[in-house]
Amino acid sequence: MCDRTILTCADALRLLAQYLDRELGDGDRADFEQHLATCRSCYSRAEFERRLKDELTRLGESHVPSTLHNRIRALLSDVP
Amino acid sequence: MMVSDAPRASRDTAWFEEAVVAVLPELFGTARRLTRNSADAEDLVAEAVARAWQGLDALSDRGAFRRWIHRILANTYTNWWRASVVRPIVESLRTEDSVDESFSLFDQLHQPFLLWFSTPEKEFLNKLLREDLERAIDELPEPFRVAVVLADVQGLSYREISDALQIPIGTVRSRLARGRATLQKALWQHGLDAGLVNTRTPRSHNV
Repeated sequence: MCDRTILTCADALRLLAQYLDRELGDGDRADFEQHLATCRSCYSRAEFERRLKDELTRLGESHVPSTLHNRIRALLSDVP
Repeated sequence: MMVSDAPRASRDTAWFEEAVVAVLPELFGTARRLTRNSADAEDLVAEAVARAWQGLDALSDRGAFRRWIHRILANTYTNWWRASVVRPIVESLRTEDSVDESFSLFDQLHQPFLLWFSTPEKEFLNKLLREDLERAIDELPEPFRVAVVLADVQGLSYREISDALQIPIGTVRSRLARGRATLQKALWQHGLDAGLVNTRTPRSHNV
């Protein structure tokens, strides 16, 4: 028996952020992905938001200055 | 901050140092976005690492080290935030209710009947520079900026953000929605100013 819910575009838009943030439960995620598989507009929107989020995630990697490396080493070298 | 005086096996120290060095670029990158400058970011990371070392016994699964130390970094920043920036937070919280969370960069850029292999929204993202995104994040009002950094840059869950900021999950979602809309509006304005988009007339349709 299939108890999938058919989402409207408005439903999908409401769930989009939680989907990209991996905050949806299994059932809602399956319903959402089913909608994306059949709706070009929502698929395009989700792809755009996912790419933008990926770009922001990449900002989290940064060259570490040698001064910070030295501080961490000094911090741990003081350990008894 | 000084590290704990409690003795620990040298293999723990070696393991911890190796684990910290492996995640240092992402800790420092996140700290840069949280503090908006390198000197404070170094202080924040150093304090978070010291706290992590002190609390290492609480980490039962060392495979979970990365998420654990990211949570410590977020909590350390939140402690700073509470201690030193109370008034600006109160002022910026007043602006929270006035922000429109419905703005969508996609809605401004998307043209449904173009060829799929090249769309205006893809081209826009391709033209954005790292510094464009950094500036847009740095200029967000404080409560939104912190929520967006913790969720999108650092990758924390709603529950982890809720715990770090000591706010309900509903407020986390609300700040994220408003922060992201504000960020997208700033990127759209930058796109107009820098000539990254063809039109100067924002479209206002909704999906």
